[in-house]
Amino acid sequence: MNAALRTASGGHIDRSRVLRFRFDGRSYSGVAGDTLASALLANGVHLLGRSFKYHRPRGVLAAGAEEPNALVTVRRDGARHTPNLRATQVELYEGLEACSQNRWPSLAFDVGALNDFFAPFIPAGFYYKTFMWPRRAWYALYEPRIRAAAGLGRAPALPDPDRYATRFAHCDVLVVGAGPAGLAAATAAAAGGARVLLCDEHSQAGGSLLDEDVGAPRLIEGKPAPVWLRATLATLAANPKVTLLTRTTAFGYFPHNLVGLSERLTDHLAAPSADAPRERQWQVRAREVVLAAGAIERPLVFAGNDRPGIMLAGAARTWLNRYGVLPGTRAVLVTACDEAYGAALELQQAGVYLACIADTRPGGEASARARAAGIPVLPEACVLGTQGRRRVNAIELASLTAGELTQRQTQPCDLVLMSGGYTPSVHLHSQSRGELIWSESLQAFIPGAAAERTRSAGACRGVMTVAAALEDGAAAGSAAAGEALDPERAGVDPARGRGRKVPAPLTPAETSGFVGAPPRSDPARGRAFVDWQNDVTAKDLALALREGFRSIEHVKRYTTTGMATDQGKTSNLNALGIVARALGKSLPQVGLTTFRMPYTPVTFGSFAGLSRGDLFDPVRRTPLYAWAAAQGAVFEDVGLWKRARYFPRAGEDLHAAVARECLAVRAGCGLFDASTLGKIEVVGPDAVTFMNRLYVNAWNSLAVGRCRYGVLLRDDGFIYDDGVVARIAPECFHVTTTTGGAPRVLNMMEDYLQTEWPDLKVWLTSTTEQWAVIAVQGPSSRELLAGLVDVDISAAAFPHMSVTSGHILGVPMRLFRVSFTGELGYEINVPADFGAAVWAALWEKGRAFGATAYGTETMHVLRAEKGYIIVGQDTDGTVTPDDAGLAWAIGKSKADFVGKRSLARPAMHAPQRRQLVGLATEDPAVVLEEGAQIMARPGSPIPTRPLGHVTSSYYSSNLERSIALGLIAGGRARLGERLYVATGGGDVAVTVTPSVFYDPSGGRINA
Amino acid sequence: MLLIHCPYCGERPEPEFTYGGQAHLERPAQPAELGAEAWAQFLYLRDNTRGVHAERWRHAHGCGRFFNALRDTTTDFFLATYRVGEPRPAVPPP
Repeated sequence: MNAALRTASGGHIDRSRVLRFRFDGRSYSGVAGDTLASALLANGVHLLGRSFKYHRPRGVLAAGAEEPNALVTVRRDGARHTPNLRATQVELYEGLEACSQNRWPSLAFDVGALNDFFAPFIPAGFYYKTFMWPRRAWYALYEPRIRAAAGLGRAPALPDPDRYATRFAHCDVLVVGAGPAGLAAATAAAAGGARVLLCDEHSQAGGSLLDEDVGAPRLIEGKPAPVWLRATLATLAANPKVTLLTRTTAFGYFPHNLVGLSERLTDHLAAPSADAPRERQWQVRAREVVLAAGAIERPLVFAGNDRPGIMLAGAARTWLNRYGVLPGTRAVLVTACDEAYGAALELQQAGVYLACIADTRPGGEASARARAAGIPVLPEACVLGTQGRRRVNAIELASLTAGELTQRQTQPCDLVLMSGGYTPSVHLHSQSRGELIWSESLQAFIPGAAAERTRSAGACRGVMTVAAALEDGAAAGSAAAGEALDPERAGVDPARGRGRKVPAPLTPAETSGFVGAPPRSDPARGRAFVDWQNDVTAKDLALALREGFRSIEHVKRYTTTGMATDQGKTSNLNALGIVARALGKSLPQVGLTTFRMPYTPVTFGSFAGLSRGDLFDPVRRTPLYAWAAAQGAVFEDVGLWKRARYFPRAGEDLHAAVARECLAVRAGCGLFDASTLGKIEVVGPDAVTFMNRLYVNAWNSLAVGRCRYGVLLRDDGFIYDDGVVARIAPECFHVTTTTGGAPRVLNMMEDYLQTEWPDLKVWLTSTTEQWAVIAVQGPSSRELLAGLVDVDISAAAFPHMSVTSGHILGVPMRLFRVSFTGELGYEINVPADFGAAVWAALWEKGRAFGATAYGTETMHVLRAEKGYIIVGQDTDGTVTPDDAGLAWAIGKSKADFVGKRSLARPAMHAPQRRQLVGLATEDPAVVLEEGAQIMARPGSPIPTRPLGHVTSSYYSSNLERSIALGLIAGGRARLGERLYVATGGGDVAVTVTPSVFYDPSGGRINA
Repeated sequence: MLLIHCPYCGERPEPEFTYGGQAHLERPAQPAELGAEAWAQFLYLRDNTRGVHAERWRHAHGCGRFFNALRDTTTDFFLATYRVGEPRPAVPPP
């Protein structure tokens, strides 16, 4: 630390606690309370980064969130390194390690700076104009090179090891910003009895009060400002209804007063606890919001305004008063407003030599004060240029009166302060879709009518002095509390935004500041930067206008002004001013670009929160999951379910295991976990009417104790879902759905029941998770169940498609005789809690029968051997029951059901519709790819309109050949035809067959 | 994230709800008697409103009830919500 650059006392730092840190590998020291930027300035380091496009040396421009230049990467370890942090917001801790960005090989010597030399050849829109030919080179050459050169920091390559928390909160009044206005608002709102949440992005509350000279404090309510601040914070902290969050940025304003806050919990700690989350993202739903976000100082657009050592006047004041750092020794102030004079005078007091104040305006009262303090003032000043490579060392000034340059001078200096006035920070108000209005007297956009229950207070609506902001904040806080606690008073319609008019701010003291680029003698000379972060100059904007861009949105995108990570906090208004002047329009006529969240960048981790890895999505496991996992089953995801896909034995791969399981089911007996099947209980006096109207089938004729395969269409006539439906009692149906379709089928049922047929007395209940379902399939399944169940399951008493209630091993059950395999089979439904025990007992007894557990893959093969469809695999939302060969299921005598009218359309009977058929490859070993296209002739040219496609394809170990199902135009009329399936290895010849490959007579299923 | 006023449960956050398409479309009692044009009209043709749109929502992760809503498609804000079967309320123009 360079002691000469640190003041002896004052500021919000602890000089007794020295902290060591490294920047670009070099060791430095700072003190507790420093930011990385203030500590580096205290060490005399002004070169902090290289600019994005031209790689120009850059220092700190601002002192807060708006900083466009000083972007650094802070690194803790390989996984914990965060790029693009503003050095002005990085709090110093012992051992902090940071490095600059966008330079190679080093910050001082950067090869990329060649871009600066070639700057005349790479103006705005350069990429669009240059890299057009030859076209192929874009992918091979241009794009990879540009991508490598573009971007700022590098993202970490390792997974983020930190934890991020999420919290929802409600409050009566949310106050954003804990400066004078925000503190006054929070105090007044709390006094009004409201639950208040107050947040501020800095490590300490106080806002601009922290930037003031503590040696000569202002009086607030009769107390010196620091005393008032401490007392106010203590009162707020003692109030249980007030929550104060520091290091917390309100980054986004979402509909209905939902404000996103990003709270940084550990980034400022040298050794964060492993248990603590790194950040916490708050979603705050506030009855009323008070925005007290302050204002951001505008730079002046003059040639060479981007050298290290050139900074905003207010930033210099912050370095001096908050951090006790002298940002230079010999300074020049260039200003277009009175506020900046304070900074100059305070720096002079602290021992900085003020060589000159260059005021763009004719002299006034402020100039007189400066002159009285011995500082020369140059009125109607203009900046001709600056000098210095890695830090400014001189500024060329002149007075421009009536087009004549007088008093030309070159002032040696190592610090240039500039101020174009203050821009109210209307980001959040605008994000909330509130109106912005142009204030001629303030030369600024200020909040107009609000679209949400929000109000702005203090500098963010143009109330610039501390005294007025305190008054404005108190009024806003008190009104907000009143309206939050008494909606009547607010006249709030709960369903809509209010369009509340904002009273005009108290008349500002005087016009101050400048928007745009001040007049210059020779605009062609030198580069005057508007957007520091994206390297956009006043010339680039002029070029865009010359090339015909008129809309500010287009100019923004073409030049990229305001499009960097700082979103143009320091640049947007100046860019707008330049464009407006060039177009001869007023600023409001040109209009503002849209403010978007986030206000400052928010980490991805904060948005992900705990939704990572296992917690990314809910996982559904059946009651039999643990058993299958213990057996070494391989699982697959079906929707949110984890389903056992196959049960490999030692040395088996998928194919070997599935082949064995398939053979075992048809030879003896297989056990299958069918618990994921969707189950809906349809109950009530009108249950059968409801089923008749919804499903294609005729349900009147379904006797109690019997099941039927049901098909559900949408009203457009296409298959939506299918499943076995059992009649448990005259007024009770047990409806099963596909695993993935359960929620949407229930939603569709509820939709028709609630909105079309509310007169029907029917109740729908999802019972998917209430039943564990064990499928016992295969010729010996009856033998396996015999003796375990207390019902007669003989073929005569309990034929195929029967259902009964009873007990298995004393456990109540619904027993179905159904089969998705084509074998004699049962599906045992037991209460979910008994599922594992019943399965274990069946497994134990089954060993004697060679019972085999099988998974979904085997289930798929076995059903395909029987030609049973899977909705969503063999159908695709354009398949009618007839297309799928299911026309037999339709109740012909019914007057109506969902989809019936559409099935009557002529197009639904066109003979060339795609119909489901079987496909047998001529080479039985070839297994087709699902989704492959089917052609009439081999070697068809591309493009060819295919006849259809393969929907299901497997190797059948039972048939010792491959089998496939496909949808083919006019398929059922093509039985025996030879067609060709396109594969990666050429066209494969197939023969069209019936869709049932195994036991077409159904002898086995009825055994 | 909007707050949506469920007519049965009160104000709840948007993720609890699912959208259900245009409201006040009644399924014909005898579809078989409808000509192709009329059926296609019912099945496929929907308004594409700029301004106040009557639409169905379901409080899917709450009471499960369908209800109707008037929403201003230009601002996304709900102007009114009401139960199935109730007439469309009059709202002042946005």
